[in-house]
Parts: sequence; C-alpha cells; structure tokens
Amino acid sequence: MPFLEIKDIYKSFGRTEVLKGISFSLDEGEVISIIGSSGSGKTTLLRCLNFLETPDKGTISVGDMLLFDGENKAALKDEQIRENRLHFGLVFQSFNLFPQYSVLDNVTLAPKLLKKGSNEEIDKKARDLIEKVGLTEKIDSYPCQLSGGQQQRVAIARALAMNPDILCFDEPTSALDPELTGEVLRVIKDLKESGSTMIVVTHEMEFAKNVSDKIIFMADGVIEEMGTPEEIFENPKSEKTRNFLQNSLEKI
Amino acid sequence: MFIEVVINLFKNFLVTLQLFGFTLLFSLPLGLIISFGSMSRFKPLSFFVKIFVWIIRGTPLMLQLILFYFGPGLLVSAAETGGVDNAFIDFMRTLNMADPLVTAIIAFSINYACYFSEIFRGGIQGVPKGQQEAGEVLGLTKSQIFFKITLMQMIKRIVPPMSNEIITLVKDTSLARTITVYEIIWAAQDYIRVDGLLWPLFFTGVYYLAFSGLLTLLFNYIEKKLSYFKV
Ligand SMILES: Nc1ncnc2c1ncn2[C@@H]1O[C@H](COP(=O)(O)OP(=O)(O)OP(=O)(O)O)[C@@H](O)[C@H]1O
Ligand SMILES: [Mg+2]
Repeated sequence: MPFLEIKDIYKSFGRTEVLKGISFSLDEGEVISIIGSSGSGKTTLLRCLNFLETPDKGTISVGDMLLFDGENKAALKDEQIRENRLHFGLVFQSFNLFPQYSVLDNVTLAPKLLKKGSNEEIDKKARDLIEKVGLTEKIDSYPCQLSGGQQQRVAIARALAMNPDILCFDEPTSALDPELTGEVLRVIKDLKESGSTMIVVTHEMEFAKNVSDKIIFMADGVIEEMGTPEEIFENPKSEKTRNFLQNSLEKI
Repeated sequence: MFIEVVINLFKNFLVTLQLFGFTLLFSLPLGLIISFGSMSRFKPLSFFVKIFVWIIRGTPLMLQLILFYFGPGLLVSAAETGGVDNAFIDFMRTLNMADPLVTAIIAFSINYACYFSEIFRGGIQGVPKGQQEAGEVLGLTKSQIFFKITLMQMIKRIVPPMSNEIITLVKDTSLARTITVYEIIWAAQDYIRVDGLLWPLFFTGVYYLAFSGLLTLLFNYIEKKLSYFKV
C-alpha cells in the first residue's frame, strides 16, 4: 500500500480547468519531482495537497487515512482541514517567513502554539533543525538580515518542525540568485538521504534527475508522463515531454 | 499679566485636549469597524460603507461640524411643525441641547474614523497573502494567524500614516470654535477683543507645538521599537 495516494484530482477556477484528473502515489522515503511548463497546474496541485485549495473531485489519502474525498467535501470542517494539513508541509517559492520573528521563533512558533511538546523540547528540536540547514550562527537574526538562500533554508526548517509526513516544495529556488540555489538544493538532498518523503516542483532539471525516484511531467493539467529519471530524461515517450526538455535545455 | 495669560490659555488648551482625547478614543474602534465594513464580502454593506466614507472624506470637516450643530435643531423644529415625534426626534432633541463640545466630539469622531478606516484597510490588505498561507499550512487557526502573525505587521504598516493623521487632529481641533467650543484659539481672540492684546493669539502656537512635539517623540519611539523587522 503506497504512503500517499492521490486519485483523480480535478480543480477549476471559474471556467478554467486547471487540474484534469491527477493520480499518482508515493512510497515512504520517496522523492518525486514535478516538472512542466508554466501554467500547467503544478502549484495548484501542491496547494490542493496542503488544503489551500479544495479540489472539486478526487481523493487524497496518507497511510490508511482518507484525508479528502471530493464526494463529501462539504462535510469537511475547519478543524479537520487543520488536522489534515499537518500531514503535509509546504515550502513556498517566496519563502514567506514571518518578518517579526527571529529565525528560532519562526521555527518554533507553530509547534509552540499547537503545543507539540514542552517549550524546551520544541526549542531543542528547532536548534537541531536550524543546525541541519546550516544556520546556527543566524539563529537570532531576523529574516530581513538573511539572504534569499538562507531565508529559504529557514523556511525548510520551519516546515520540518511540524514533522510533516510529506514535505512539498514549490520551486524552492526560483526566487534565488543562481549562486544561492546550490545551498538550498543541498539541504533538500540531505533530507532525501535522511529518508524524508518529498514532492518537489522544480525547473532545475539536473537536480530533479539526481535526487528523484520518480519524475512527473505535467502539461495542461494532466500528467503527461511519469517515470524514473532515466525514463523521462533519456527516453521520453511523449512528444510534449521531448519538446519541453528540448526547450529547457536550450534555455541553459 | 504674562503668567495670567499663559495659565488662562492653558485652561482652554485643556478643552482642546479633551476634544483630541475623546475623538481618538471613539474614532479608533469606530474606524476599525468601518474598515471591516468596507472590506465586507457582503456587497451592499461594503458599498454603503464606501459611499459613507467618500462623503465624509470628500466634504470639509467644518461643514460637518455645522451640520451636526444646527442639523438636530432644524430637524426637531421641522418635526414639531409636522406633528411628528418619535425616538429619533427625541434623540435629536437631546443632541440639540448638548454641550457644543459633545457635538464636536461626535462630528470629529465620525470624520476621523473614516480617515482611520482607510489606513486600517490599507494595513490589513497590505499584509501579503503568503503570510496567512504560511500560517495555514503550519496548521494554525485563523485567530492564531491574526494575532500572532498578521497583527504586528499591520501595526508596523499603519504607524507612520496614523501618526500623520493624529498630529493633524491636534491642529484640526481649532475648527471646533466655529460651533462655539471655547477652546484655546477662541480664548486668545478674546484677548484681542477685550484687552487689545495680539500676542496671546500667537502664543497659542507654543501649546500646539509642545503637544505635537510630544506626540512626534512618542511615534518616533514606537517606530524605532518596530524597526527590528521589515515588512
Ligand atoms: N486562484 C486562481 N484563480 C484563477 N486562476 C488561477 C488561480 N490559481 C491558478 N490559476 C490558473 O491556473 C493555471 C495553473 O496555475 P499554476 O500556478 O498551478 O501553474 P504552475 O504550473 O505552477 O505554473 P508556474 O510554473 O508558472 O508556477 C494558470 O492558468 C493560472 O492562471
Ligand atoms: Mg507555480
């Protein structure tokens, strides 16, 4: 039984159909990368998983729990949505750190408010996470004093502090200067080594190739092609995948 | 003589301060309510509130003062001629009899609440959506997100425009003399009329300067306290 199972997710905004039947599954400890051109629905898919958007149809289950069922989504209470969200973490393209809190407080805010342990335990865990992302010297700094790459690493530590089952990244390096992308990608790589289950939307093809167990290529709201990095990058079956990869190579 | 004038003017400056203090006291919460009204997803409400704010901000405060001063009396006499009497007319009667300072406080509070509401609205809407979403994906409740994440960023955003508006209020209080509130400027003008002294009028500037200087220091202090982060 797969760890995360997504079946037939549909989502429209008004009359624009953005997701048209997305299904895939993920085992514990697997990393999946989602690639695809702008507007293909990658962000919308991650937002559905994090319950920032409500899918129109489909199901989402983690482990043996059915978190979302489009059949009776009206019955979903705020309380339940908050519970569901705890299975997922989301790292935003634009970091979205809380500017009025120090690095440490950014990481501990949610666990403390949601009483995920004693303050000492939470602080200890936060310090470990901050060390893991290499920012121990910056622990008392404020977001405005950090580079983009450092901010994004704090955002990763903040997401990890809530112990999500699955961590999602939405183009974590797109807002960064090229020389800062490496430090963030390295952190994600380390997380894979330590067994985190992750979904990464990215335009960094080399990174996707190296770190992922599976690649999903999305086009126009559907999964055009899914497979191992070798299958997608070396032998793409779909014409659209070939064109996309061709274009993204030309850009570099 | 000098000391006497200074003390006497100070007594009248206290009237100015009362008008200032009560206006702030009432207009701040009222402004917050109006800002929520103008952001309401219930369209008729937000439309009505926006029209109201437009009227208040689009007409001179002096005109509003005069309306609040003479309006109730005119309504009451019209109602009496027409033989109408109800709770509203009764309320107007009370307003008509009220001390002009009370009338001024009401008019000022409504006027400033409308200005404040726009500042609050800007502050609330200026906090990026991503802040709320970051709180949501961490599993926080709506009220935790408001009090622990967005509120502080809002406050930081509104302090500079609020300090401007509040210092303007200090000086606007002198308009209340048009509806016979015996505040400091009027008292100083009496020195010209009764004693032929001009300097007390200019001397009133000292009180305004001292008070707005104090407020400026206070706001600078608050801004400095909040300067450890950027929004
Ligand atoms: N809240 C919304 N309201 C209306 N349309 C939306 C909304 N969010 C997304 N869309 C539309 O859905 C489509 C897919 O958007 P999405 O952000 O998921 O694409 P993406 O694959 O993440 O693109 P990119 O690579 O540029 O980030 C776009 O056409 C977008 O305009
Ligand atoms: Mg996107």
